[in-house]
Formats: sequence, structure tokens, C-alpha cells
Amino acid sequence: MNINMTLIGQTIAFAIFVWFCIKYVWPPISSALHERQKKIADGLDAASRASRDLELAQEQAAQTLRESKEQASQILDQANKRSAQIVEEAREQARAEGERLITSARAEIDQEIQRAKDDLRAQVSHLAVTGAERVLENSVDEKAHRKLLDELAAEL
Amino acid sequence: MAAGNEVSPTYYIQHHLQNLTFGKHPENGWSLAHSAEEAREMGFWAIHLDTMGWSIAMGLLFIWVFRKAGKMATTGVPGGLQNAVEMVVEFIENLTRATFHGRNPVIAPLALTLFVWILLMNTLKIIPVDYFPELFIRLGVDYMKIVPTTDPNATLGMALGVFCLIIYYSIKVKGVGGFAKELSLTPFNHWALIPFNLVLEIIGLLVKPLGLGLRLFGNMFAGEVIFILIALLPFWAIWLLDVPWAIFHILVVTLQAFIFTTLSVVYLSAAHEHH
Repeated sequence: MNINMTLIGQTIAFAIFVWFCIKYVWPPISSALHERQKKIADGLDAASRASRDLELAQEQAAQTLRESKEQASQILDQANKRSAQIVEEAREQARAEGERLITSARAEIDQEIQRAKDDLRAQVSHLAVTGAERVLENSVDEKAHRKLLDELAAEL
Repeated sequence: MAAGNEVSPTYYIQHHLQNLTFGKHPENGWSLAHSAEEAREMGFWAIHLDTMGWSIAMGLLFIWVFRKAGKMATTGVPGGLQNAVEMVVEFIENLTRATFHGRNPVIAPLALTLFVWILLMNTLKIIPVDYFPELFIRLGVDYMKIVPTTDPNATLGMALGVFCLIIYYSIKVKGVGGFAKELSLTPFNHWALIPFNLVLEIIGLLVKPLGLGLRLFGNMFAGEVIFILIALLPFWAIWLLDVPWAIFHILVVTLQAFIFTTLSVVYLSAAHEHH
């Protein structure tokens, strides 16, 4: 347990080891350590950013969905309205057509009646002439009385 | 007790506490000391080959392992060795950051070297006390004390290194004048009290390395003596005391390395501070 040169030797050894450690041991380990720390921090950062992005995207998707649903219902509404309108229009048209048909039918009928009346009149005049001829026993000249008979028929 | 029953306990203990000394003997010249007296007669010009050899071996082991880890160091997923090494490095880094206020790239590597080196040297204590002395006696070497930290030369040598750094940084940071002012004008800032301050501060300064070295030495030496005393028991009883004491020493070994390191950083931090 004597104090001797070992003291100095140990100091020198200590100095050399410390120097070596400063020069060759500490820097690579320390830098690797810090770089990894930074990497991990970056990774965590990115993860949180990604989760935030995801949230945003989900929100956006929900928004889009909501909008499209609204739009769809709007379109549906419009379509319903349009179809109702079309049906209404069709009904209107049909009614108009029917009325028109009825009117024309009525006109035709009137015409027919007129014609029948005319016919009837002609026949009546003829019958009257014939009757009169029968009564007068051929004394009436048809040609002489033609004008009179036509006047008679027009009066009917 | 491998030394056998023919040797006295006193001789056994003294033998185990004697370093392998090589030095200049007044009569024999440069030679290995063959007894404790011869070693003492050599005075200062002698060197403890076992202390130097084992401490350098442990230092090289530290450098080799950590250098290897440093070379393999990746920023990706670390392997087993890298993980262990990084744990130590991070521990030292946190310790330095907590106790050292200032910027100095030397402090953290210094603390790492001190911590791991002292830890490795202390750990040699867990090896049973008879293994290496017996082995070296078979090889014709009289003495072999394998734990360098049980030699005050080793602990005081490291403390001396720290002391040199304290002085160096005190002067570098505060200048010669600033350092002299700090020594002479604290704690009492009055010209009449300069001699008193000087005595106080210089004693305070010198006590730092002395306390650093002797604390480590005292703890390790005392532990070693207990181990040797336990080894004197009958062989079947040794483990009863040896095992608890060794387990306890796992704590002491780490704690002493930690204390030496922390105090060194604290002293160096104080050397950087202006008063």
C-alpha cells in the first residue's frame, strides 16, 4: 500500500483512456443515439399527423356523403314533381282531346240532322206532290208546279 | 482457504494485500519485490505491475467493447450489445446533463470512461480472492492483487487526473486572475481575510481529489479485507458469508463507480462556474 509511481502511471492511463473515449468511442454512439431519438420523434410526429389527416379525410368523406344524399333527395323530389306535372299535363290533354272529339261529333251529328231534315223535306214535298197528284188524278203538271213545290219544301 | 493450514492467517492476509511491485531497490537495483519490506524500501520509484496491468486490461476491455458498439451503431433497431452500451451512454449523458451546467464536450466522455472503467475494475472483486494469487504463485509470481481499486495509487491516480482537469478548466474559464480571486476572496470578500480565505480554499481544493480517491479506495479495500477474512473460514462455511457479501458488493461496486463519476462531474461543473 505504498504510494509510488503507480500513481503517475494510473494518471497517464486514465488520460489516454479518456482521450480515446472522447475521440473514438463517444461520438459514434452519441450521434447514433441522438439520430435515432430524432427518427423516433419524427415517426411519432408523422403518426400523429397521419391520424389527424385521417380524421380530416373521414370528416370530408362524411360531408361528401351528406351532400350527395341531399342532392339525391333533391333530384328525387324534382323527379317526383316532374312526373306529377307530366301526369297532370297528360290528363289535361286527354280532357281537351275528348272535348274536341265531343264537339266535332256533335257538329257532325248536327250536320247529319240537317241533311236528314233536307232529305225529309224533299221526300215530304215529293210525297205531297204525289199525294196531290193522286188526289187530283194526274191533273197537276209536275213541271208546271215544280217551283211551287220547291217553295213548299223550303218552307218546311 | 487454498493456501493451506500451514500458513498463518496474518501472513495469508498480508500476502493477499500485497501488490506485485517492480522498482529500484537500494540493494538489488531494478527488480521485483519478493516481500512487503522490499516493496516498502523501494520508495516512490516503484510500480505495481498487477495494478497497472489489470487496470489497463479493464480499460482496454471498456474501449474495445464500446468502440465495437460504436462502429456497429445504427440508427435503426439496436442489437443486444448496442442496446446495453447505449443504455450506459444515455445514463451518463443524463447524469452529465443534470449535474454539469455548461457546454463542454469533454465532460460526458470523461464521465463515461470513469464510470465504466471503475465499474469494471471494481467488478474484479467478485472473482474469488484465491484464484489469481494461487494461479500466479504456480507461475512463479509471488504476488497478484487483481482489483486495482483496492490500491490507493490507482484511485488517487484517477483523482489526480480529475484534479488536473479541475485546475485546467478553472484557469481556462476564469483566467489566472479570476481563479486567484476566487481562491483568495471567497468565502469572505475582504482584503484582510485573504490569507484565511487562501488556506481555506486551497484545503478545499485539495480535499476534492483526496476525498475522491480515498473514498473509492477505502470502500474497495475494506470489502476486499472482508472477502479475505471470509476466505479464512473452513471451506464448507465460506459460502454462507461469501455469497451475501458478494451480492452486497454488486451494489457497492456500482455505487462507488457512480459516486466517483458524479462527484468528478460536480467538481468540474464547479470549476466552470463564476462566483
